[in-house]
Amino acid sequence: MTVPTMIAQREVFGRTLVELADADPRLLVLDGDLANSTKADIFAEAHPDRFLAMGIAEQNMAGVAAGLATLGFVPWISTFAAFAVKRDLDQVRVVIAQPSLNVKIAGAYSGLLTGFTGKTHQSVEDIAVMRAMPNMVVLAPADGPETHAAMVAAHAHGGPVYLRLARDPSPRIFDDGLAFVIGRGIVLREGRDIAIISTGVHTARAAEACDLLAADGLRPYHLHLPTIKPLDEDAVVRAAERTGAVLVTEEHTVIGGLGGAVAEALGQRRPTLLRLHGIRDVFGESGPNDAILAKYGLTPRHIAEEARLLLGQPRP
Amino acid sequence: MRPAGRDAEGRVPATPSIEELRTIAREIRRLVLTSVHHAGAGHLGGPLSAADMLAALYFHFLRLDPARPDWPDRDHFILSKGHSAIGLYATLALRGYVPVDELRTFDAIGSRLQGHPDMTATPGVDMSTGSLGQGLSPGVGMAIGAKLKGASFRTWVMLGDGEMQEGQVWEALEVAARYRLDNLIAVIDHNRLPQYTWPDFGQRGREFPVQNLAGKCAAFGWRVLACDGHDMDAIVRTFDGATRPDGRPTAVIAHTVKGKGVSFMEGAFAWHAKPLDDEALTRALEEIDAQTGLSAPPAGASR
Ligand SMILES: Cc1ncc(C[n+]2csc(CCOP(=O)(O)OP(=O)(O)O)c2C)c(N)n1
Repeated sequence: MTVPTMIAQREVFGRTLVELADADPRLLVLDGDLANSTKADIFAEAHPDRFLAMGIAEQNMAGVAAGLATLGFVPWISTFAAFAVKRDLDQVRVVIAQPSLNVKIAGAYSGLLTGFTGKTHQSVEDIAVMRAMPNMVVLAPADGPETHAAMVAAHAHGGPVYLRLARDPSPRIFDDGLAFVIGRGIVLREGRDIAIISTGVHTARAAEACDLLAADGLRPYHLHLPTIKPLDEDAVVRAAERTGAVLVTEEHTVIGGLGGAVAEALGQRRPTLLRLHGIRDVFGESGPNDAILAKYGLTPRHIAEEARLLLGQPRP
Repeated sequence: MRPAGRDAEGRVPATPSIEELRTIAREIRRLVLTSVHHAGAGHLGGPLSAADMLAALYFHFLRLDPARPDWPDRDHFILSKGHSAIGLYATLALRGYVPVDELRTFDAIGSRLQGHPDMTATPGVDMSTGSLGQGLSPGVGMAIGAKLKGASFRTWVMLGDGEMQEGQVWEALEVAARYRLDNLIAVIDHNRLPQYTWPDFGQRGREFPVQNLAGKCAAFGWRVLACDGHDMDAIVRTFDGATRPDGRPTAVIAHTVKGKGVSFMEGAFAWHAKPLDDEALTRALEEIDAQTGLSAPPAGASR
């Protein structure tokens, strides 16, 4: 087996901001005093005049971004996902989402793997919260190349976008230069026995789980959904039709995230044997990544086990 | 009949006299009262307290063109105390942004005149507001953006003293001073009453949502000016001073009376928001019409 290349989404984030800004003078970056964590510092060094330090004041930052957007700028808000989504939630709602202003919200350090900072800095409910917000597009790319492509698409989109990013290096899945279409899922593996649906960097773990299942002689289908909203419902329905059993797995609470979105779609369009796997309605804790993934049941082995449990269930 | 304050071409008005501005403020008050009466709902105390300043801003200070609400070089205005929307709508109507008759649709289903300002619905509304404490931050964004673009427009934000209790306002004050936004002016409608107010804590009394506004704004690095927010002469003089940049953002603390212009609403928090029945409307309009335009300074206003 070849060892996959590891790429940190935050590095790609910083570099892509520079690239986008080189091509588009409207782009500005607003930072909540975390640029050396989020890697917005790469941008700050390349474009100091377009890097707006906003201090540790996220509510104001969201409002400033809205004001800038009304003048035709395309502001990118950069801070940790935990704060980008919840610390300024009402501001995002009233001055960004309601007027549908062209603001990009980059949530760094999403999920549980936040570098030994624990539950205050982890973001287990950001997809659910942002997905419920009218006008908001919600993206969670799987790896470095897809982060780049998603940012290009997000920047080109004329309204608010929430971009869910991870801190630590994760396995490369896609080649550079892939096309990213907002609202389109990607089938990573064809199979007939069970469909596994995943998003974000967790897709790499789901892909490994598929390998484990295949080693057991099963034929899993794997659908990656880098856009959680608008959901690629057709792709979800197709996955259900192909396999008759769907496992959704995500590094996010099982309530209201990707699993919720898939359940809503299948429940209405094609009721299917379904299992939702993720963080089980709990907050996290600090610790090494491996230990966190093991304790919260998010390793490839856990995903494969969930798949077997689902396959053991009688089909309706 | 062309609306008060507009020139024959209907664009940028001839600068009205102080007396004309007073008349416009009275007209704003009338329209606030009749619109809230017609809608059967709406805020009264806040719009009435802001009316004189809205008249001065829209008919004297703001560089704008009602025919081009999106003109990029217009002065920008944000009504952070968004619940005073009907005051803004009445002003926009008199200034020619929307027909005066349309005020009768205020708060009606499908109306361009929503309960709180909606920049996607109403021409001339530069930012959506209604969740208090949020308006100054977009103003900071507009002021930073103007500097980045080398644009000369100013951004004015009107806040209530009650909403100054929101922490976000102080975040915005700090950042505005740090970016030296001398193109940003915050007008604080200091009527000393929010909605329900504080319980009576003795010494502090029921009112005064935030103590020592002037000292606090100054401590945050702002130039602070003050005036009687119902004395048109003083408003024009003070706003004029506010437009002369000195390297800092400017806060104008306008001492006002909530419900100004209608005796039974003045200083009465019960009239913050309340439907207006026929009898109350008649009494209120009689009082407004009887006013000579020479307004008395509010009780207890420090000059
Ligand atoms: C965040 C938020 N909390 C509460 C309210 C409800 N509310 C509307 S007006 C008001 C009082 C506002 O007082 P002030 O800012 O002093 O305005 P004014 O007295 O000029 O009406 C309150 C509490 C709101 N609109 N937004």
